[in-house]
Amino acid sequence: MAINWFKYSSPSTFYRVAGKMVPWFAGSAAVLFVVGLYIGFFVAPTDIQQSEAYRIMFIHVPASILSMFIYLVMASYAALGLIFNTRLSSMMASALAPTGALLAFLSLWTGALWGKPMWGAWWVWDARLTSELILLFLYLGFIALHASIDDPRRADRASALLAIIGSVNVPIIYFSVQWWNTLHQGATVKFTGTSMHVTMQQGMYTMMLAVWLYAIAVSLLRVRCIILERECKAQWISELVEIRR
Amino acid sequence: MNWGEFLAMNGYAWYIWGSYGMALLIFIIEILMVRHRRRLILQQLHLMRNAEDAVT
Repeated sequence: MAINWFKYSSPSTFYRVAGKMVPWFAGSAAVLFVVGLYIGFFVAPTDIQQSEAYRIMFIHVPASILSMFIYLVMASYAALGLIFNTRLSSMMASALAPTGALLAFLSLWTGALWGKPMWGAWWVWDARLTSELILLFLYLGFIALHASIDDPRRADRASALLAIIGSVNVPIIYFSVQWWNTLHQGATVKFTGTSMHVTMQQGMYTMMLAVWLYAIAVSLLRVRCIILERECKAQWISELVEIRR
Repeated sequence: MNWGEFLAMNGYAWYIWGSYGMALLIFIIEILMVRHRRRLILQQLHLMRNAEDAVT
């Protein structure tokens, strides 16, 4: 069966498809948050070295990984919009940026609250922490640059360039703990597997999936707003039930 | 294990609940902001539509 993918790249089709998908992503995210927190707080054992403090991991690691992953997805959408001149791709990039920024902030916040009891410092200018802070600034820069240009298509192109160039920072964050001598511990999630108690892993991966699904749900909700804002003069929008009411 | 002991988190309560509290706050604020944004644009589209109807 041939699927006409370009049909889904039209904002009017995607607006409806996204609306139908949101409850599924949001619902499964909610379930996985409950399961993940249950495993994280009631099943996973106390750590020998870090006692209970390590439980910050169940939110810190998912927030950090998703902040990097969402950046790459955002930059890819921005690049698609730049290359193929597809409006929807650029709208998706704009929809992902605030969620990515909030997760980058959450990563730094939870990292500070974990760093204080473990290292004795809220913040150190270490390679991992500094490059994650740069990631937050890249998100904020993307949002600010897009907002500062009146013509939305020009704003898309300019901010796409920023997003693409900024994506070199993502591998720097990931490999920072190997390339430099840092206070931050080594990679917990590696391509070759993890070295953790199995229930700790289960809790972490469940939470990661939960944050991922949440990010998809909230970005889809946001892209629906962006579509309405930017296509407001289109005929199909004036025919929507939510406008007719 | 009782609840008081659970909440105390062996002395790490502020760090742990500060982390999860911020996560909860961020998710709630983000959802409220998106909902607000939707309400604003729908309102605006309503106004646009009514203006059009008035013209025609």
